Amino acid sequence: MEITTFLQNFADILDDTDATLVTAETDFRDLEEWDSMTALSLIAMVDEEYDVKLTGEDIKTSKTIQNLFEKVNSKV
Amino acid sequence: MAVLKLQGIEVKGISCCVPPKIEYNRDITYLTAEEKEKFITVTGIEERRIAEDDVCASDLSLQASELLFEKLNWDKDSVELLVFVSQSADYTLPVTAAILQDRMGLSKKCLAFDVPLGCSGYVYGISIITGMMKSFNIKRGILIAGDTGNKLISKTDKSTHPLFGDAASATAFENTDSNETILFDLGTDGSGFESIIIRDGGSRNKATEASLQYNEYKPGVLRNNCQLSLNGMDVFSFGISQAPKTVNNLIDSFQINKDEIDYFVFHQANMMINKKITKKLKIPIEKVPYSLKEFGNTSSATIPLTIVKELKHQIEVENKKLLLCGFGVGLSWGTVILTLQKDIQLIYSEYV
Repeated sequence: MEITTFLQNFADILDDTDATLVTAETDFRDLEEWDSMTALSLIAMVDEEYDVKLTGEDIKTSKTIQNLFEKVNSKV
Repeated sequence: MAVLKLQGIEVKGISCCVPPKIEYNRDITYLTAEEKEKFITVTGIEERRIAEDDVCASDLSLQASELLFEKLNWDKDSVELLVFVSQSADYTLPVTAAILQDRMGLSKKCLAFDVPLGCSGYVYGISIITGMMKSFNIKRGILIAGDTGNKLISKTDKSTHPLFGDAASATAFENTDSNETILFDLGTDGSGFESIIIRDGGSRNKATEASLQYNEYKPGVLRNNCQLSLNGMDVFSFGISQAPKTVNNLIDSFQINKDEIDYFVFHQANMMINKKITKKLKIPIEKVPYSLKEFGNTSSATIPLTIVKELKHQIEVENKKLLLCGFGVGLSWGTVILTLQKDIQLIYSEYV
């Protein structure tokens, strides 16, 4: 699985965030749009695109989008 | 997973009762207008029914049952089994079913007990009541399923408060020796027991003064340990993966063609969960009714409430084969396939 595709998928769950702000190093909690509802969209996206079950704990222990990517990648 | 098959028991009627008081999620003061719209888009919940302080799930159930007995013209002495599925019992003990046996005016020969399940409770309840009726040759039984979830949550906890509504249902079953079959898939994953939990007040952690102290777990999540805690992300993840599995397991085990099913009624917890499930199962969206918008998550009452509110007219025209699927607290899940005959009584009432 590719980080570039993951970043694109991540950007797609956001409505009002410029895709240029979505990088591997981005601390996703710093995105203005990020909240608990966005977290649900993230879980749904990961389930749909990668057939992976992302838990609340996975999100809680991640800081950057790269961290999330690694968690998903380890479960693929 | 336990896959079960049963014959000869029919549903004769479903009656739901909700409190008249409506709370609108757009009126919530602790969320910004933008947060509220986002919440409504994701969850689909705009309004919820709230029981008054002195109205319990048993009171809503009593009205639902009375109306059902009246419509069915059932002699109360003929009801030999009462099952009360709820997580909002009147008291820690005795069981609420015993209190209801007396208040409903049922015979002292009636078996009555509680089953404290939540979102999977309606399907579990159907399996318990039909299984007992079949095994013990019981003629008539009544299944109560419902909750006053608003008494269990903190009104200052945004992770639970905007989700839950109050409602109760009564479903009448009769032993008819018909050829109609009822099929079940039931399961449990207790490793997720902490995902939806009230920590204090049971035997493990008795209620103390500290249990009633409010803690702010994160901004907007202020509650005490005698109130419901919900890990939304884990429950979401569980719902979108487990619900399609239990449905597929049942369908595959009995080689059911999905096209034979007229409606798929899922537990109403969150619109995004149900849309995901629908998509994964490749079910036409017009076969998946919702009552989330008006009632929110009413625990074990969501499935019967969706049937009486959304499918009444369709069922009254011709017999319908339904697949019902509940999933949640436990973690626990259940799926059932059954047919509702067109002469069935379907009743919706507001509590008076």
